[in-house]
Amino acid sequence: MNLEFFTISMLNGISYGLLLFMLSSGLTLIFSMMGVLNFAHTSFYMLGAYFAYTISKAIGFWPALFVAPLAVGALGSLFERYSLRRVHKFGHVPELLVTFGLSYLILEVVQLVWGRSTVPYGLPEQLQGPLFTLYGTQFPKSRSFIMLVALLMLASVWLLLTRTRIGLVIQAALTHPEMAEALGHNVPRVFMLVFGGGAALAGLAGVIGGNTYVTEPAMAGSVGSIIFVVVVVGGMGSLAGAFLASLLIGVLQTFAVALDYSMLTALAGLGVQVSESSALYSVLKLTISQVAPILPYLLLVLMLIFRPKGLLGKRED
Amino acid sequence: MSSNNIQSYGFKPLNLGRIVIWALFALALIVAPLLFKSSLALTMLSQIGYLIIICLSYNMLLGQGGMLSFGHAVYTGLGSFIAIHAMNMAGKGMSIPVSLIPIVGGLAGMGFAALLGWVTTKKSGTTFAMITMGVGELVASMALMLPDFFGGEGGITTNRVYGQSFMGISFGPQIQVYYLIAFYCFVCTAAMFAFTGTPLGRILNAVRDNPERVEFIGYNTQRVRYFAFIIAGFFAGVGGGLATINFEIVTGADSLSVIRSGGYLLFTFLGGATFFFGPIIGAVLLVFASVLLSELSKAWLLYLGLVFLFMVMYAPGGIASLVMLNVRLARFGRLKPLLSCYLGMALTGSVVVLGAASMIEMLYHLQLNAALGPEMEFLHLRVNAEATASWLCAVAVLAVGLGLFELVRRRFVARWHHIQEEIEKEIKRTEAH
Repeated sequence: MNLEFFTISMLNGISYGLLLFMLSSGLTLIFSMMGVLNFAHTSFYMLGAYFAYTISKAIGFWPALFVAPLAVGALGSLFERYSLRRVHKFGHVPELLVTFGLSYLILEVVQLVWGRSTVPYGLPEQLQGPLFTLYGTQFPKSRSFIMLVALLMLASVWLLLTRTRIGLVIQAALTHPEMAEALGHNVPRVFMLVFGGGAALAGLAGVIGGNTYVTEPAMAGSVGSIIFVVVVVGGMGSLAGAFLASLLIGVLQTFAVALDYSMLTALAGLGVQVSESSALYSVLKLTISQVAPILPYLLLVLMLIFRPKGLLGKRED
Repeated sequence: MSSNNIQSYGFKPLNLGRIVIWALFALALIVAPLLFKSSLALTMLSQIGYLIIICLSYNMLLGQGGMLSFGHAVYTGLGSFIAIHAMNMAGKGMSIPVSLIPIVGGLAGMGFAALLGWVTTKKSGTTFAMITMGVGELVASMALMLPDFFGGEGGITTNRVYGQSFMGISFGPQIQVYYLIAFYCFVCTAAMFAFTGTPLGRILNAVRDNPERVEFIGYNTQRVRYFAFIIAGFFAGVGGGLATINFEIVTGADSLSVIRSGGYLLFTFLGGATFFFGPIIGAVLLVFASVLLSELSKAWLLYLGLVFLFMVMYAPGGIASLVMLNVRLARFGRLKPLLSCYLGMALTGSVVVLGAASMIEMLYHLQLNAALGPEMEFLHLRVNAEATASWLCAVAVLAVGLGLFELVRRRFVARWHHIQEEIEKEIKRTEAH
């Protein structure tokens, strides 16, 4: 492993991790405020990408960067107002189920409107090409744009929650909903705003993730379970934990797909030769890049065995 | 109060109603293939048979334990895989009769549930749901990585007719497979019903309702969840083994997928998780939806999603709870005044569905069959999906349907509340005596 490979993989991993954080932050916010695990969160991510694709064809990418998340956020608030709020009194499991049903619906509607294959949602001219060249390898502008947007978003959400009046009301409604209500704040509306805001963050991630990676109906499902892993590994409801876990998983996956070592190489390095007829040969010959898709889930299992509360989570149960 | 409670737990020597219901269930399983003789009906009945076991085992987690699992297909699927390897080995000389293959699947499901459940049941509630999903993804992606065991994309095939036939039973004809499935279905349903009455089953309900209190009376909630998870894994594996015998093929991409787990969840919930018999309705619906509805319309997943969403919002107890509410009315003799409302709602509701469905079908036609031209067939009518007239028609039908439905619904709600109040009064009157 040389320095060039390490630096580029690290940068790619961080940009992917920050994208994951844009998604998991919204999910964590909604979860810690309302106790709702939003199963449709990555469906909003997908909607963001598809909306941006359509809008950017009409009025260009830069306006779409603002309009598409707003549209997704509006849809999210509508869903909270007319569906989720009604289910709230039945408890957390029906709430989860209703978002699960929504993810089904959004997937079908997306396939209906935009078709079942990939859509050509491309990068705008300003983001094409490399930002800089390091030891002969290029680092694309689009990835650095993801990093920029994610950091800006992180800062503004943090400022909004801690430095503004509405942020304080949100925090109050989080821990003491009855008291906030008694002081005259419309707590259900705050919940609606938070849900819409979380959906808008997911939409924003979709706008910039959709053209850097691919925009297709499977994009929600492929990232959905990773986001859950991030939230559990980071610790349920902990934003800082989600940040750490996102980066960890982003870097882990990026490095893993590029590494071509297997247990066989390791054993050969130790001077042990395994014949093809041995029982475990098919397991041993798997390279790290082949097992890359399951690494996040393995991390989840290990985490649950050795540190069930997650990286920065509080003790629960 | 306390004396009443003790009485209700008293020993009842003969519960005639229960015996009748179980006898009817057995009779239905025996008679069904004699009534519906086509081969399509027989395959559907076979699928219903093992799906009943799977959905009931799923409900052991969801309904009785409050554990929302997104990875139930892991245990049915791994049960299927072990079962199919056992069948292939049996074909080469190991002596396991086909009739015991489901037990092999069950033991496999149980083993994997004991292994993976140890991790997943560390948490409850929402976190449990996320972890089961993670474990589900883990196993599903592992299946693609180890093609030697899971058969890769093509899956693994087998032949269920091996060994000597016993009294003419070779399990070659589908009808014999059906009766094997029906037998297991009945036994497993009875066993799972019996489980609800065991101390473990009762404490599992308590863990669902109030885990904190269960901890205080000295039970380890995690261990209760773990044991229930293992038992559910066993029945899931039995279902998986039966599915293997039925199809003679297992593919990792399908039978282990998270989509499959989602399907079990969806239909168990639609059938009704709060009653024991709910998942049986769910299993029947699952087969009808995936075999008949998917033939009928390309938009069936959309309809399914919509139905599910409305069900969660308006009837979180599923179809079983709707049935039981009306059984309660009938018991008090108050069902009759509502029948006209039900009829009215069914009629106006079907108008709404007609309007909405025609629009959805036209959309799907435009999206998927654009090459075939704008003409399409909808309920034996030729419809031009691009014409404004057909869209206006559909909108008009939908609007009229919605208006009428709302009118009938309001009358129904008024009557419903009136009747419920009367029943409450009657209960109070009888209690006072």
